[in-house]
Amino acid sequence: MIKAFIALVRRDLLLAFRHRAEWFNPLLFFGMIVTLFPLGVSPEASVLRVMAPGVIWIAVLLAGLFSLDSMFRSDFDDGALEQMVLSPYPLPLLVLAKVLAHWLVSGLPMLLMAPLLALLMTMPQDGIAMLEWTLLVGTPLLSLTGSIGVALTVGLRRGGVLLTLIVLPLYIPVLIFSTNAVSAAVAGLPMGGQLDFLLALLVLALTLAPFATAQALRISLS
Amino acid sequence: MWNAIWVFFHKWASPRYFYRLSGAVIPWLWALTLLLLLGGLYLGLFVAPPDYQQGQSYRIIFVHVPSAWMSLFIYTFMAVLSGIYLIWNIKLADVMVRSSAMLGASFTFLALATGSLWGKPMWGAWWVWDARLTSELILLFLYLGYLALVNAIEDTRTAARAGGVLILVGVVNIPIIHYSVEWWNTLHQGATVTKLDKPSIHVSMLIPLLLMAGAFQLYYFSLVLMRARVELLEREWRSEWVREMMGRGSDG
Repeated sequence: MIKAFIALVRRDLLLAFRHRAEWFNPLLFFGMIVTLFPLGVSPEASVLRVMAPGVIWIAVLLAGLFSLDSMFRSDFDDGALEQMVLSPYPLPLLVLAKVLAHWLVSGLPMLLMAPLLALLMTMPQDGIAMLEWTLLVGTPLLSLTGSIGVALTVGLRRGGVLLTLIVLPLYIPVLIFSTNAVSAAVAGLPMGGQLDFLLALLVLALTLAPFATAQALRISLS
Repeated sequence: MWNAIWVFFHKWASPRYFYRLSGAVIPWLWALTLLLLLGGLYLGLFVAPPDYQQGQSYRIIFVHVPSAWMSLFIYTFMAVLSGIYLIWNIKLADVMVRSSAMLGASFTFLALATGSLWGKPMWGAWWVWDARLTSELILLFLYLGYLALVNAIEDTRTAARAGGVLILVGVVNIPIIHYSVEWWNTLHQGATVTKLDKPSIHVSMLIPLLLMAGAFQLYYFSLVLMRARVELLEREWRSEWVREMMGRGSDG
């Protein structure tokens, strides 16, 4: 069982590595969105500092959505997804493997790039450290929650916008807790509580989301 | 014993019986709705005294609060029915969910619109990013997301099952969203009716409020039954019982 899990993660990582655009384009998108804010609102450091946590996190949400669509798409198109559903391994486990691979390809690069963008937004050191913590806990949460939405829309021809409509409301708690934690850290306030909440949500999503996604995949394939 | 209940349940949930039963119930529901609505409006608009702080404009709560309650009730109701549909595969449950969604979205919109009208004189702004307003807005998005999903899927059965999963995911998320938003910002006045010790609302205002809530509830049930009947006919028009009924109708 563990073998199947590892094999699937490796396969997905290999595929992503071969199609470089798949993970690089969302990353570029992430950088561009953040760049637009100083241009559109104000380059003033005091303004940027207030906006920074929100801007970076919203960019993470949008860039994440951008790459989310590809989580099951190619497997659906070439029939690999049906084989996974038919395989003797439990589907939630395979879903978890897909989500992990997706996070490694989309969440992790954003986590690595975020400090750079945070510097561009003139965020102080404490804020950047906190931003990394929230991203570490928050981005897997986004991948997990998002996987339900992708599984529901994967069979549809134009699922892209629909996916956004379904998933974004579910992302709101993550956005609230993360940006609040980062803002608190910037202001020098205690922020353990927010991070605890995020962790609790992550545990909840980790236990429930794979089952919902598996069910949704079965529906989409039927 | 169990068996008898099961048989009764199945019989009642079969489209044919449902169609007949709902046809008989709807006129009564409408009559009751009208009665409660007139009573509630009369007591609320003419009998209840003006509020000592908010004057006359508080009277909008007689529409605002019941629609906010309905927006939550309908989502919960839809979640329960979706569960029933996904577990026992009872078609009627999905028909009801489908017919409820638009009504739920409308009540949510009504709650937002009346809240905004009330907010202008009270808070001095049409819209305030207050916790309850915001979570109500998110609830509207959840309703619309459900509608967008089920309308995008052509096959009725797939749409029903996918929609059901989405509703259940939503219902797990609603408390999380609500409390995170609450914690994020709050300005709205606290609950005045459901406080456990003693409601902080005067009886002369409470009675019309409850009457209106009852009226809204019955209004929803009458409408949802009517919509469900149409939806059923649309889905089952090829089946034996519809032809039989229609045939008899055109003959007589």
